[in-house]
Amino acid sequence: MKDLRVERDVQTETNKIEARGVQVFYGTNHAIKDVDVNILDKTVTAFIGPSGCGKSTFLRCLNRMNDTVASARVEGKILLENEDIYDPRVDPVQLRAKVGMVFQKPNPFPKSIYDNVAYGPRIHGLTRSKAELDEIVEKSLRRAALWNEVKDRLAAGGTGLSGGQQQRLCIARAIATSPEVLLMDEPCSALDPIATAQVEELIDELRTDYSVVIVTHSMQQAARVSQRTAFFHLGNLVEYGETGQIFTNPKDPRTESYISGRIG
Amino acid sequence: MSTASTNPNDVPRKAESLLVPSALMRRRNAAEARFKAYGIAAIVISLATLAIMLFTIFSDGISAFSQATLRFPVTMDAATLDPKGNRDPADLAKVTTIGYKKVLEKALIAELTQRNVDVQGVSAKDIGSFISGDAPARLREMVLADPSLIGQTIDFSAFATGRIDGYFKGRVTMETAKLDSNISPEQLQLADRMKAAGILDVRFNPKFFTNPDASDTRPESAGLGVAIIGTLYMMALVVVLSLPLGVAAAIYLEEFAPQNRFTDLIEVNISNLAAVPSIVFGILGLAIFINFGGLPQSSSLVGALVLTLMALPTIIIATRASLRAVPPSIRTAALGVGASKVQMVFHHVLPLAMPGILTGTILSLATSLGETGPLLLIGMEAFVVNYPAGPLSGGVMDPATALPVQVYAWAARSDPAFIERASGAIIVLLAFLLVMNIVAIILRRRFERRW
Amino acid sequence: MSVFLLLVVIAVLALVGFVIGRQRALASAKGNVKDMHSLPVYYGWHGALMVMVPALIVLALWLVIQPLVIERQLLNYFPADVAESDAARTLAMADVRRVAEGLDIAIAQGAMTETQAEVLRTDAGSVRDRLAAVGVALGAEVTPQVLAAAQEYRNHAVIAGIGRSILTLLVALAGLIYGIRITHKDFRARNRVEQVIMALLALSSTIAILTTVGIVLSLVGESLRFFTMYPWQDFFFSLTWSPNFQGDSDLGLAPLLWGTIYISFVSIIVAAPIGLFSAIYLAEYASPRVRSVVKPAIEVIAGIPTVVFGLFALVTLGPMLRDWIAEPTGLGNSGSSVMTAGIVIGILNIPFVSSLADDVINAVPQAMRDGSYGIGATKSETIRLVVLPAALPGIVGGMLLALSRAIGETMIVTMGAGAAAKLDLNPFEAMTTITVKIVSQLTGDTEFDSPETLVAFALGMTLFVLTLGLNVIALYIVRKYREQYE
Repeated sequence: MKDLRVERDVQTETNKIEARGVQVFYGTNHAIKDVDVNILDKTVTAFIGPSGCGKSTFLRCLNRMNDTVASARVEGKILLENEDIYDPRVDPVQLRAKVGMVFQKPNPFPKSIYDNVAYGPRIHGLTRSKAELDEIVEKSLRRAALWNEVKDRLAAGGTGLSGGQQQRLCIARAIATSPEVLLMDEPCSALDPIATAQVEELIDELRTDYSVVIVTHSMQQAARVSQRTAFFHLGNLVEYGETGQIFTNPKDPRTESYISGRIG
Repeated sequence: MSTASTNPNDVPRKAESLLVPSALMRRRNAAEARFKAYGIAAIVISLATLAIMLFTIFSDGISAFSQATLRFPVTMDAATLDPKGNRDPADLAKVTTIGYKKVLEKALIAELTQRNVDVQGVSAKDIGSFISGDAPARLREMVLADPSLIGQTIDFSAFATGRIDGYFKGRVTMETAKLDSNISPEQLQLADRMKAAGILDVRFNPKFFTNPDASDTRPESAGLGVAIIGTLYMMALVVVLSLPLGVAAAIYLEEFAPQNRFTDLIEVNISNLAAVPSIVFGILGLAIFINFGGLPQSSSLVGALVLTLMALPTIIIATRASLRAVPPSIRTAALGVGASKVQMVFHHVLPLAMPGILTGTILSLATSLGETGPLLLIGMEAFVVNYPAGPLSGGVMDPATALPVQVYAWAARSDPAFIERASGAIIVLLAFLLVMNIVAIILRRRFERRW
Repeated sequence: MSVFLLLVVIAVLALVGFVIGRQRALASAKGNVKDMHSLPVYYGWHGALMVMVPALIVLALWLVIQPLVIERQLLNYFPADVAESDAARTLAMADVRRVAEGLDIAIAQGAMTETQAEVLRTDAGSVRDRLAAVGVALGAEVTPQVLAAAQEYRNHAVIAGIGRSILTLLVALAGLIYGIRITHKDFRARNRVEQVIMALLALSSTIAILTTVGIVLSLVGESLRFFTMYPWQDFFFSLTWSPNFQGDSDLGLAPLLWGTIYISFVSIIVAAPIGLFSAIYLAEYASPRVRSVVKPAIEVIAGIPTVVFGLFALVTLGPMLRDWIAEPTGLGNSGSSVMTAGIVIGILNIPFVSSLADDVINAVPQAMRDGSYGIGATKSETIRLVVLPAALPGIVGGMLLALSRAIGETMIVTMGAGAAAKLDLNPFEAMTTITVKIVSQLTGDTEFDSPETLVAFALGMTLFVLTLGLNVIALYIVRKYREQYE
């Protein structure tokens, strides 16, 4: 696969999300230790690191999915366009409409393809008519590069699709609410190589509209799709910078060990 | 690339702040709160109903354990009780309870006069009707057993009738007494004076646990004796019959049965039997054990057989679950040191599964303890006043009742005093259940294993 | 020799078999356990089993067959019409047994000598009174035939008793001798013992089938008898139920079936939302601490005997509904009503629905919920739009099971629904159900040859088929649902 990285230049330097001194505790376990990070708009940011390093935990902080875990406690500030998303006035539900999420395992609802995509717009009241909803569904499916494959069977069940299609359906479902940030938690780990390639290509395209944050186990994948990379280790953000720089010229010895395969 | 045109939805996103909930969000949150409130309401309703039910049962039934009792000296008038004066038991037996009733009546009036209790407006007969119908019978038995009592004066205590008893428990009032042919307000006032004089008091009544059932007209002497014996007989038999049979069946199905149609048939049978309405088991008991097998109606044996058949599916299912919970490592270890499969099961798997099996058995026993419907069909709602014989002299073949059936039988009677009795019987029944459940919980806690 | 004594003798012989078997095996191996095929204890068990198994089988068979044979021989004491009619014969034989037992008791108590009992005649004073004196109550005066048959019965029973003891003991001894002779150190005692154990286990497992066969036989047999006396068309299609003793009863199923369905419907209306919402709250909202308290508390409802609910319906809820709702609105004046019974059954079924719903809700994968939260759905939206639709088949299956339980419920309707068989729409009227009528037709003094009694078996059959059908459908749905997420 050709190296996409060199063709793209980072389009913007606007900060979409700024995290300041974020700490996460699961009960007594200190899972994230004092993380500061700026996530740019219209950029794919990759979180890499060995298993259990906290990258997924941190990702889940960005749309407060950790709220659903009773024992989790988050400290510090995470600003989305200068508004602290952990402010008590913030409704996590409203936040998640702006910061969508795609999960490791494709998890389409046991509903039709159409209803899967229409789910978000319906609950967020984004449309006033059936026609508008149809339009959003079509656009989201097109955007997720799935339209041509499913346009004739929108009423069929979403669980009947192949794994890669299911994951793209989940991406379509997430972008149907027109979020500003899209969080992806190892979106390709359950997919075969061909489906992975399709989803990666899709991620690269999504960058034109969204700020995308992706957690990945695969350094190749991070190198292929991201412009920015953050390396997590034992709950610390070890290093954060341009993807090229992280992979070719890491500043921290731990990053270097990880990249070269000595830890992980 | 231009952003605006490729955005999947053309509705421009309002630059809304996260800190201010949108109107829609407020509506959605209200819906969320409502939904959660439905859940809380559902739980509150169920628990409140449970609480109300238990409260009414307890407030109706707790008074069944105490009883208005009359205590007065009785002079055993020889002229009435032994008209021939020869103390011959055969002649004494000819004096019926009516004679003894007269003696008691006279003794009570004498006591009232002696204590200066004002009996104005109450006839001698109405004073006599204070005394429960079972007191003369009891006095007669005492005399027949010991004729030397004749001519003596003994301290005798007798239950007051149900109406008087009800007056002190709030069931009977002056207003209801006016409309009641069995009691008059004057009698109630006299009862108050008797209580003040110490002739009558409301006290704990151990006879409620030991007396057999009594007829409609004397609720005060009705007790749970026969029902408790019947229930104990049945429970003991159910354990003896169902535990070995159920465990054996479960072991076979779980450990040895070959996968074939016959085994499948058995499994389907067990799961369906667990859902057959209990009344159908009653029909089975009536048709097979009583009509076909010729076993005696109303006997605890037939009751136990029916309950055993009902308990078996649950016991089999629980036993299989506990057997399955024993990890394969134990089995392979046993087989690995050269045990046969039978040895492996009986020496290793079964002992480890035993706490679970016992817990399941106790719980299904608790369920059968409360079964009523099937027992009605095999005649256990009968009016039984004779205690069944001891277990070794064939008592399980004698007519008996059971606690839940006694509740039903009493609830069906017209005198409200029996509702108190029925509620009291429920308290006893619930106490039994509570004990069994506590034992099951202790067993589970004590022997719970984490593999 | 009484059966009990016989059992004791068999047990003693078995013990002998155990001891000798064990010792013989040890002796043949000269005390060297390693030289034996099985552990010594297995030789012992083999000896014991060889005594017990055949002897007990023979004894059991004898006990079943003996009364049949004796009764056949006694038939000549009775006129032909009695001998030919099943019901009359059963009654006559019951009388004979009762009188024979009475004579036994009289002899045991010393009220009569053995010879007196044998020569007793009905013209020498009332047999009924003499038996009553020893505590044996008889329904009617003893006829000469019954008395003669009873005396004959006792003679036969004595002979049969001797034959039974001799045969059983012979078989036991033969087993003992065989067991001892075959015992040798190379004999595979363990395998033999295990085969017997296995056979016993397999035999026990057939109890479920035997129970079902018993249920089906008793229902079908008596129902068929009912339909010979009463046309089946009238049972299934007549709209009135009014049994009487003049022999022109109307025994139509319809009003009972209607009452059953109506009450079950009300109970589901109560149990479904309350049970479902409790389950949702416990599964999705409640903290672990709340859950650990509330869940068992709700399950307490399931542990309370139904007769308690029945009393609650009769004493508390029935009068309450009557005084507060039915009478003010003029809908009825009966404490027993469809509403009373339906609501109480509903309450009884809350924990059942709730725990089944809890199971199916928990079976919905967490990933499904995350997907919904991840795009900004609230908890209730997730439950309503994702979890419940996903769990729907399981919930429907659970509701059907609850319905089947409501249909089969007996005590609550017996005490709370009333006894009037009506086809009515007013839920505050007393109506009756299949189970109520089964109880009322089969309790008290019943004659098993009148359609009024036998109809209970046809009702039981209807109930059995109805609940079984619902269960099969429900279990099928639930199983399909489980497979979906496995």
